[in-house]
Amino acid sequence: MSATTLPEGNAELRALLHQVDKGRHRRDRLMKGLIYAAFALAMLPLISVSWTVLVNGIERFNAYFLTHSMRGVFGGMDAGGIYHAIIGTLEITLAATVISVPIGLLTAIYLVEYGRGSLARSVTFFVDVMTGIPSIVAGLFAYALFAVVLGPGVRMGIVGAVALSVLMIPVVVRSCEEMLRLVPNELREAALALGVPRWLVVIKVVLRTSIAGIGTGITLAIARIIGETAPLLITVGVIDSINFNLFEGRMMTLPVYVYRQYSQGLVPCTPGATDCIATINYDRAWAAALTLILIVMLLNLVGRLITRFFAPKNLG
Amino acid sequence: MAQRIDVKDLNIFYGEFKAVADVEMSVEPRSVTAFIGPSGCGKSTFLRTLNRMHEVIPGAHVQGSVAMDGVDLYGSDIDPVAVRRQVGMVFQRPNPFPTMSIAENVLAGIKLNNKRISKSDADDVVEQSLRHANLWNEVKDRLNRPGSGLSGGQQQRLCIARAIAVKPQVLLMDEPCSALDPISTLAIEDLIAELKSDYTIVIVTHNMQQAARVSDRTAFFNLAATGEPGRLVEIDETSTIFSSPRVQATEDYISGRFG
Repeated sequence: MSATTLPEGNAELRALLHQVDKGRHRRDRLMKGLIYAAFALAMLPLISVSWTVLVNGIERFNAYFLTHSMRGVFGGMDAGGIYHAIIGTLEITLAATVISVPIGLLTAIYLVEYGRGSLARSVTFFVDVMTGIPSIVAGLFAYALFAVVLGPGVRMGIVGAVALSVLMIPVVVRSCEEMLRLVPNELREAALALGVPRWLVVIKVVLRTSIAGIGTGITLAIARIIGETAPLLITVGVIDSINFNLFEGRMMTLPVYVYRQYSQGLVPCTPGATDCIATINYDRAWAAALTLILIVMLLNLVGRLITRFFAPKNLG
Repeated sequence: MAQRIDVKDLNIFYGEFKAVADVEMSVEPRSVTAFIGPSGCGKSTFLRTLNRMHEVIPGAHVQGSVAMDGVDLYGSDIDPVAVRRQVGMVFQRPNPFPTMSIAENVLAGIKLNNKRISKSDADDVVEQSLRHANLWNEVKDRLNRPGSGLSGGQQQRLCIARAIAVKPQVLLMDEPCSALDPISTLAIEDLIAELKSDYTIVIVTHNMQQAARVSDRTAFFNLAATGEPGRLVEIDETSTIFSSPRVQATEDYISGRFG
């Protein structure tokens, strides 16, 4: 800067421009401080949770733990793993996604592209109501639904998937709706004016333009339901061995596994027993929790990659 | 290729509101017809009824008839999608599809309709349409780059190429130059002059010099007051409208006394 070489200029104007609003500066600093403090406050639990889970879970988190089930494991044995729970969580979440995404996406398309009048309004209203359903109620609903057909006491993976999709559908509808509304109307008109029928405009222009956002929305919806415990406890139950079949028998899932292990508490080891670990149940619970967090993070990462791949490129 | 359009007793509504009343006019084939008039007088609304884009807006509808070479476009057996294939449209703001390359944008009318087209035919359509739109030399080396990377004027010419790639009979332009700089505007006006040997062109413009430069016939629309429907005041040879219009309001408007 060569401010020194400039002439002084109009002193009056300089004074006018130089005037400092002290109150505004003070308020600015105050607000900035408050916002940083709020941010730190919000980050505190996140960091605390991540750190606690990492520290407590890392000890048991190994290849053996990830590839073995709990079959034949009892007491304080230094054995057992979460393979069966990972299978259960992935299968049930996938099934819930397969059920929810078509229903949710088609509902969103109806609301944005076709819906007018009272039907659209009532659909929006009921989607809002669905968002507020407690997860345990969704579990009871799915249990009752299947109990009507298959008799009481039925427990299998698909019932859990139905319960989770009750929770997932409104989230998918909401996020897809937002994304579809972001597509500029000009693009729809451009395609319509080329003599493209409406349904092809929706598929090839609207969905294609918003696919990245829809992908993000679905990823978030999956992250929302993958940690659900209560409805799965009712509908899928608990089991110690591996079950790949969604349509028969109980399955284990990661959140339920965490709950189950933690609720079993300390193992009463006989003094001097070498192969007995008193805290084994807690250790397994923490390691399973760590796995669940890692799966969600991985899912978000994949979602981001998909988003980047599909996003409209401006200057490719 | 080009067709004449005869409009009779056309009333245009948005829901209950009558936006344009009692339009009666003819658009000559292979010529440029310009619509001028103050904002809100219904020129764009009327333009959009010529390819049935008006009814895309919820609640919008029309009464009366728009006949292309004697066929009423609003007849009960007419498919609006088919109408739009014959009557193309270029919008006020350039709107290339952001997910498509330049070549794909030109082919959008074919590709979006799931029509099969051989690679060589597709290349021919792309080259011809872009040449026709005076854009070929600027983009021939980057046909696979995104269309949204072009400048505003180039994007608008890309949109014109996209509209003529489906070989319509009529081309509607809704203020195609209002978002462009003078050089791009000139390029598009030259293009309009070339296109009129093949197409019937209708253009809405706020720029009276532009109407005088590019059009053969000019229609002046006006509205009595806000809330009243817009009306066609007069339509005549462009030279007549700009030298000796029959109606006083037209003269006031083109001489800049209002509007």
